[in-house]
Amino acid sequence: MSFGIGAERTAYLILADGTVFKGKSFGCEGEVIGEIVFTTAMTGYEETLTDPSYCGQIVTQTFPLIGNYGVNGEDMESDGSVVSGYIVREHCKAPSNFRCEGDIDGFLKKHGIIGLYDIDTRRLTRIIRETGVMNGMITQAEPTDEFLTRALERIRAYRVEAPVPKVSVKQPVDFPADSAKYKVALIDYGYKHNIRRELVKRGCDVTVFPYNVTAQQIKDFAPDGIMLSNGPGDPQDNAVSINTLRELIPEQIPTFGICLGHQLLAIANGATTVKLKYGHRGGNQPVTDIDEDRTFITSQNHGYAVVSESVPPQAGRVSHINGNDKTCEGVKYTNAPAFTVQFHPEACGGPQDTAYLFDKFIGMMEKNKRS
Amino acid sequence: MPLRSDIKKVLVIGSGPIVIGQAAEFDYAGTQACRALKQEGLEVVLINSNPATIMTDKHMADKIYIEPLTLDVVKKIIKIEKPDSILSTLGGQTGLTLSMQLAEEGFLAENNVKLLGANPETIHKAEDRQAFKDTMESIGEPCVPSQVVETVEDAMKFAEVIGYPVIVRPAFTLGGTGGGIADTPEDLHEIATNGLRLSPINQVLIEKCISGWKEIEFEVIRDAKGNVITVCSMENFDPVGVHTGDSIVVAPAVTLADKEYQMLRTAALNIIQALKVEGGCNCQFALKPDSFEYSVIEVNPRVSRSSALASKATGYPIAKVATRIAIGYSLDEIINQVTGKTYACFEPALDYIVVKFPKWPFDKFVYAKKTLGTQMKATGEIMAIGTSFEEAMIKAVRSIELGMDTLRKKTFITLTDEQVREKLKDVDVDRSFCIFEALRRGFSTEEICRITTVDKWFVEKLRNLANLELWLEDGELTQEKYDAAKKYSYPDKTIERLSGQSLSEKGIKTRHAVYKMVDTCAAEFSADTPYFYSTYDEENEAEEFISQHPTDKKKIIVFGSGPIRIGQGIEFDYCSVHCVWALKEMGCEAVLCNNNPETVSTDFDTGDRLYFDPLTNEDVDSLIATEKPYGAVVQFGGQTAIKLTKHLQETGVRILGTSAESIDAAEDREKFDELLEQCGIPRPAGHTVFTTEEALKAANELGYPVLLRPSYVLGGQNMIIAHCDSDVNEYMAIITSTELENPVLIDKYLMGTEVEVDAICDGTDFLIPGIMEHIERAGVHSGDSISVYPAQTLSEKIKATIITYTERLAKALNVIGLVNIQYVVYDNEVYVIEVNPRSSRTVPYISKVTGVQMVDIATKIMLGESLKSQGFSSGLYPVGEYVAVKVPVFSFEKLHDVDTQLGPEMKSTGEALGIAKTFEEALYKGLMAAGFKMYKKGGVVFSVKNSDKPEIIELASAFEKLGFELYATSGTASMLNRNMIATNFTYRIHEGKEPNVISLLESGKINYVISTSETGRKPALDSVKMRRKSVERSIACLTSVDTANALVKCIAMDKTVDDLEMVDITKI
Repeated sequence: MSFGIGAERTAYLILADGTVFKGKSFGCEGEVIGEIVFTTAMTGYEETLTDPSYCGQIVTQTFPLIGNYGVNGEDMESDGSVVSGYIVREHCKAPSNFRCEGDIDGFLKKHGIIGLYDIDTRRLTRIIRETGVMNGMITQAEPTDEFLTRALERIRAYRVEAPVPKVSVKQPVDFPADSAKYKVALIDYGYKHNIRRELVKRGCDVTVFPYNVTAQQIKDFAPDGIMLSNGPGDPQDNAVSINTLRELIPEQIPTFGICLGHQLLAIANGATTVKLKYGHRGGNQPVTDIDEDRTFITSQNHGYAVVSESVPPQAGRVSHINGNDKTCEGVKYTNAPAFTVQFHPEACGGPQDTAYLFDKFIGMMEKNKRS
Repeated sequence: MPLRSDIKKVLVIGSGPIVIGQAAEFDYAGTQACRALKQEGLEVVLINSNPATIMTDKHMADKIYIEPLTLDVVKKIIKIEKPDSILSTLGGQTGLTLSMQLAEEGFLAENNVKLLGANPETIHKAEDRQAFKDTMESIGEPCVPSQVVETVEDAMKFAEVIGYPVIVRPAFTLGGTGGGIADTPEDLHEIATNGLRLSPINQVLIEKCISGWKEIEFEVIRDAKGNVITVCSMENFDPVGVHTGDSIVVAPAVTLADKEYQMLRTAALNIIQALKVEGGCNCQFALKPDSFEYSVIEVNPRVSRSSALASKATGYPIAKVATRIAIGYSLDEIINQVTGKTYACFEPALDYIVVKFPKWPFDKFVYAKKTLGTQMKATGEIMAIGTSFEEAMIKAVRSIELGMDTLRKKTFITLTDEQVREKLKDVDVDRSFCIFEALRRGFSTEEICRITTVDKWFVEKLRNLANLELWLEDGELTQEKYDAAKKYSYPDKTIERLSGQSLSEKGIKTRHAVYKMVDTCAAEFSADTPYFYSTYDEENEAEEFISQHPTDKKKIIVFGSGPIRIGQGIEFDYCSVHCVWALKEMGCEAVLCNNNPETVSTDFDTGDRLYFDPLTNEDVDSLIATEKPYGAVVQFGGQTAIKLTKHLQETGVRILGTSAESIDAAEDREKFDELLEQCGIPRPAGHTVFTTEEALKAANELGYPVLLRPSYVLGGQNMIIAHCDSDVNEYMAIITSTELENPVLIDKYLMGTEVEVDAICDGTDFLIPGIMEHIERAGVHSGDSISVYPAQTLSEKIKATIITYTERLAKALNVIGLVNIQYVVYDNEVYVIEVNPRSSRTVPYISKVTGVQMVDIATKIMLGESLKSQGFSSGLYPVGEYVAVKVPVFSFEKLHDVDTQLGPEMKSTGEALGIAKTFEEALYKGLMAAGFKMYKKGGVVFSVKNSDKPEIIELASAFEKLGFELYATSGTASMLNRNMIATNFTYRIHEGKEPNVISLLESGKINYVISTSETGRKPALDSVKMRRKSVERSIACLTSVDTANALVKCIAMDKTVDDLEMVDITKI
């Protein structure tokens, strides 16, 4: 910290309920409105910033010291950053790590992200916890009464709209594996690159398809398996994608879904989803695998959940539940060789304890191939 | 899986006396374990030789044995109690080793006792170096290239293969005792020889040195289903090479990217799965700073110091959860007590950072080497919580009680840049302060990192603090500067001192701290944990909590005793906890404030609320502003809490119990002298002085020997007996090197019988639960003396005098609560040496053996009850049927260059108790519990000062009669031979001839050394070398003829464990 030399610019966070936080600006300057969410992950901010599921959201880190190990480009989970804004208590100006290529301030500037720091992030978290996810605005403008009145209108009117098309690839992209054994179609709703890496690592040639790929295109591609990725926003907003999945179910192609992919397949099978009060975001969420009677620590980032009771018995059953709030964390389908999870077995960031699910997917493709 | 139906009665083994490497953290763990077991309705049998602990308290277990922790004793208790299970993982290394021995011998199987927590195979895999390495290899976890050897020759051979430097790690030793880093074959020869001897199985590991790698720890928990979680990661400020117990540690790890973090986390989970631990486990890793290469350094399949720290750092009660797992529960069945709505099967998320800072005993041991290595030296530690590393670090420095409020060390200010550069190379206790000094002088981060290998992140954070201080010192003090300094928790006083300006004159708007909750989940769930830390931020959650939990109870703050150090140990935690319990029982709301992560007092459910914060004036101000208590209790938190008294009173806080004036009257020499005169009580003549000149004048006036000590100290810190002017000069030079706020006291030294009394007074009546007599005559610090209850040699008249004096003093001082008085009986005359109107280190043991719950009674008195109303009459409490002997325990093996000669300065780190129907048996048990092997034959070496010579004739004769071979240096030998006691002659060390004392000690013929000397404590002296050699060779060395006399009497009894009655203290 350069004491007394060049004071940082003041910036404010205005919440939809009228609460104002005074902090300082970092990253890009300017004004942005978004849905404010918090993540309790203590490491993995570069992964968080590049996770497309955060599209349209202003992300708050509950861990106060962010940027300690800098950024390196290698740990990015997509090609850029789509978060609307970024709030931390403190960002590290002198990071330390052998892979460090720059600091977080520079990263935000490079990716055009407006940042706010030096606020009581715990207070902000508690507000969101109590009142639920809320919209907010980061601005450098002095929050006068007049300004607030106008700003609040815009803040309250904000909605994360159809974010999936913004973050999905436009054309299919191939990612071949060395000595590939399987061909996987990864439908991209805003996928984290580690999903692909985990598959490629296990000998899958992965082709990433856009969210609006048709069932016919997939059938023509004739994959050994379908990977449904994570992604941002309200699952109900994705009618096209849901339809595609509905058409694919009878094809009996081994399918593995993560996060939004999990929700979309559930909806395609007739289940419903619900918006959680403030979601699950972090790297410490316990998930119980009902069949195994084992609880695993998982990485999570979602604001919606499949309603457990809504999963049609003829389609499948809930296979995983959240250890804290008992919400649905996974579905095992009986009408197709498919299973999906709400959490992130690909980790990055977060615990790798459920990476075995990728092995399970491979096993499913192998079995299907043989029969 | 619920509670196992085959478990009904569990034996819990405690960790015994406090030594370096095994301290209060096991009282915390053991207490949690006992409570968890009792909550499950199980019958709990406890064995622990440490009487100062909470876990040995009556309501902690159904049967409590304060007996020596030896294999024979544990076997005997198992035979008596017939438990169906034994919990191995909560009693530190002591408990684990004993459990393993019992299992390996087949004793547990024969007696149908199940081993809970870790099975023998797990313990073997984790503890046996080779088995550990093989296990790690089998699961693909990398270890440092190493080899187990059983001879020095093999050690040397292997070192040639892997190259120097190498680390030597003895198997099965505490806190790495006997280990070290060898840079050369010569070093290795010495360290390996020592290590092999100290290892109970004569094995050491020779390992490639990876000094400078990052040291990362994970606390992991596993249940029988195979569910695994990590509770906390920790990163050491000091890279590999410094024992983690001696490192500044932060939680969570801060310099690891998610990739490295998850790599190590996954490794930790793989390890605990492979070891099949059912409970807690600590995994230590070394991570190469410039790659993903890592090595597993160590795994402890039990709760540990680190798990206590992790529990306090996160709010996750590891020991409690581990205990439940041991008796059958799985992680997903155990409720997270903090949130009350989630389960123990999750990983805590922190929204603050924790700094642990070690407390070393070097303020006491001025001649000891302050360098740090693989051998732990710290006696205790503090923890500080902040929202930034800088804030936590400044809080840590203020908590550690070195008289510092920033990282700037006074002695470094005058060094030249070159000297600072040189000093940076030292891996010692002052390293963080030296880095800070270098930063202030503008040294580059690169240079500091290169020299120290401390990670750039830490150095840059310290630079922020250095820059802030330079900014404060430069120019006018502004609100902006003040706010910036407050953010890092600089006290107002410090800001004024650094800036040289007054806050009020500059019109600065000052502020108090606010409090945030430790809730295990970074605010994701609402929690009801009454566990807070201060910070300078917007929202005050404690205030909110208080307003949401309104009560009409009297709210009382109890101040704890801070870090464990020599002289202020676990006893004060016992007292603080008991005070809280009594307050709760009385219908008060009890609020605890302390900063020691190892203790029961800082368990969040001990008090109604816990504040984890420094115990300094300004910190207390903020706390008072938030809590607005009815009153505060200071008399149970040792000197740490007592120091707050004056300030609390000045700020209008009601002090419960003895007033600030009375405390001052006991500590202020002149006021105290007046008081004694009024009471007609004699004390050894004495003066107070500030300078060396005054000291010399006073000493000569009184006549040597004289006792020198600073006022306002505990544990006889910096206390010596001076025999001549040069002793006074040496002492005053050391004591005046730090700021002298209070005078030095000089007293005539009377070598009589020392007697100690703890009394309770309600202003009208007084109660003495028991009179304790010390085996060693005055001159040996009371904490280092063997203390006997009830007194064995005092005449009725002397006892009556002591009772009378105690009454007079207690009343004259208006004691409301506890008072500790030390007397010396000299020529049939009783003199007062010291009066402390507060709790003392003998309170727990006297409470336990007399059944008089002193702290509870005193607390009730503070709230207005009387002794009478509690059913006690005035005077001496009737003597019970048991004799209790408290024997001090030292950690000399861990502290090189410390003279083991006992004196007025306290050196012991802990204590053990022996309880029996007779004095002799109690003493025998006490000595055995303190680690004496009680050899009944062998050799004894005498080398005593002239004044002791006449006294050792009888002693030597007693040893001779028992069949011991006697040896002595020239003067002593000829004196003994003249007295017809056959004694072999041996040369002194400096005489340089054979046979000399050192070669004799190395010969293995010697079992006891009796060594007393008149002069100094400098490591170069012959007598000091001999005593150090005894420590290195694990030979019992007695430095007081009185102790030796007691020992020889015990040996002469020719008893074994079979002859001793095991005493369940719940029945006393």
